[in-house]
Amino acid sequence: MSNLVPLYVILPLACAFLIPVLGRFIKGFSKTLLSLVLLLLTILSFHVIFSGLEQPVAYQVGGWEASEGIPIAIYLVLDGLSAFVLLIVSLIGFLATLYSLSYIKRYTAENNFYALLGLMIAGMNGVVLTGDMFNLYVFLEIAVIASYALVAFGIEKTELEASFKYQVLGGIASLLILFAIGMLYWRTRTLNMADISGLLVNSNHGPFMTFTQILLISGFGLKAAMIPFHAWLPDAHSSAPSPISAMLSGVLIKAVGVYALLRLFFNMFALTYEISLVITVIGTLSMVIGVFLAIGQWDLKRLLAYHSISQMGYVVMAVGMGMILMVQGGERSVAALAIAGGLFHMINHAVFKGLLFLNAGAIEYVTGTRNLKMMGGLFKSLPVTTTTSLGASLSISGIPPFNGFFSKLIIIVAAVKGGFYLLAILAVLVSIVTLASFMKFQRYAFFNKSTFSRKIREVPFPMSISMVVLVIFCLALSLLIFPGVREVMLTPAVDVLMETTNYATTITGM
Amino acid sequence: MTVYYMCFLLFLVGLYGMVTRRNLIKIVISFTIMEFSVFLFFALIGYVENGEAPILTRNLPENPVFVDPLPQAMVLTAIVIGLATSALLLAIAIRLYKKYGTFNIREINNLRG
Repeated sequence: MSNLVPLYVILPLACAFLIPVLGRFIKGFSKTLLSLVLLLLTILSFHVIFSGLEQPVAYQVGGWEASEGIPIAIYLVLDGLSAFVLLIVSLIGFLATLYSLSYIKRYTAENNFYALLGLMIAGMNGVVLTGDMFNLYVFLEIAVIASYALVAFGIEKTELEASFKYQVLGGIASLLILFAIGMLYWRTRTLNMADISGLLVNSNHGPFMTFTQILLISGFGLKAAMIPFHAWLPDAHSSAPSPISAMLSGVLIKAVGVYALLRLFFNMFALTYEISLVITVIGTLSMVIGVFLAIGQWDLKRLLAYHSISQMGYVVMAVGMGMILMVQGGERSVAALAIAGGLFHMINHAVFKGLLFLNAGAIEYVTGTRNLKMMGGLFKSLPVTTTTSLGASLSISGIPPFNGFFSKLIIIVAAVKGGFYLLAILAVLVSIVTLASFMKFQRYAFFNKSTFSRKIREVPFPMSISMVVLVIFCLALSLLIFPGVREVMLTPAVDVLMETTNYATTITGM
Repeated sequence: MTVYYMCFLLFLVGLYGMVTRRNLIKIVISFTIMEFSVFLFFALIGYVENGEAPILTRNLPENPVFVDPLPQAMVLTAIVIGLATSALLLAIAIRLYKKYGTFNIREINNLRG
């Protein structure tokens, strides 16, 4: 098992290398290679989850064994939480690649597109797997530099401007994270997360560590586009080509933003009340402000991008509530419920927001516009896009039996049980505003009077099949509410976060 | 300790430049200043008073004091990454200049955050 772990990084990285070298000589090489590799990784992720991971599996890069209990090698750690996020990355990555097969034909330099996509996925998988602070920074930079280039892929005025803005803010975030890593190394003289965690158990509460934690929250908050740091997201996500928007919104802000925050604050630092409060407040602000910024938008992709901020707010708020309950010694079952709701919403958001961006791409592909006021009456000519986007819209606004309803329900139930009544009310309100905003999208895009004089045909097969698969996932993920399925997929990930010190002891004891 | 404060000051200088400058190239320069202040910080935390280069030779003094080599290795990696970031930033800045004919961000404002 442990020998399979590096495949997640090696295979996409090898694609990113081989595609520019061989792609120009062999026709169709780039798309076949990348889609096959991502299909393989998706199957591998499903296999890992369904075969059940009892203990974290660690792979020591270079084969350096730990000496006297001090880890020397860079560790790649596969446990319940990372397997869960890897599944999201590979699944959405595969479907976005499938979608790109016909979508990306209107751009030049197809090979570069696939190479950059492979690089981005390699970076994200690395961030999810790594157990080493500096390695985290390196993989993070691989992922975000590829995404900077992909945002600018259209090289028109808006794309370039969005990419520059994204690079400046993303660069500041990376430097804050690097600075924080330096601070941690200064204090502990080690880079291994498990080792740092063991050393920090007793000396977590000084102003030094608080400063480091605040640097990390600002850095990863910028990457995850939480509310005070959100300015780059709507520009970058709406300017990128649509499959990339789906990757950025569906996966990148989770893998390099929220996942890294969760991993570091649960498994590396000892939880403190102040930090949990800050995380909950940031999540709540994102949830509320994001949706109000979204409702006035007329650019379809920009509307979806603002909703990403709001929906990620749900995830961060739920996990923050769990943190507060754990610190205050509240009921552990309620804390576990809140965290489970957050993680459940994370995979749901990846699926439905990925699907919505693919829908937006399909509409742009056939009509050439993203402005909702210029659309209308697409219902008859685009049956597949209409049905799938209806499913995704109902899912994001929390209508049963779609997955979004169940994860929001869990979050709200956990908030009520934990005594966070205000947050529960806010979550319901935001869900209603989301519904209103998506009704606007449905009405203006598909059901109003048609404004198009020319004939519009349905999108090509690879684009429609990936949308259909995603809408099936929107329905199928509702099954996660049932105990049998939940224990296989969700509970291992929640346990990793609940048993905060377990991670460190198993890794250092290896 | 003073040298650490100076290093942090350099970080703030870079941040100030990024926030206040209006010229794309000057923003990139400020970003590089900020970046190198972090690299300098890494080099500083690896330094040990009166330490030597950590190379094992035949005639070592008794109880040798070595500087910490790990931050130096990290800085080398970070410099390479920083090179990639700066190159991409400058490439985009040049493309923007070709499209708009100016480096002034006041005039490059199609998008509103």
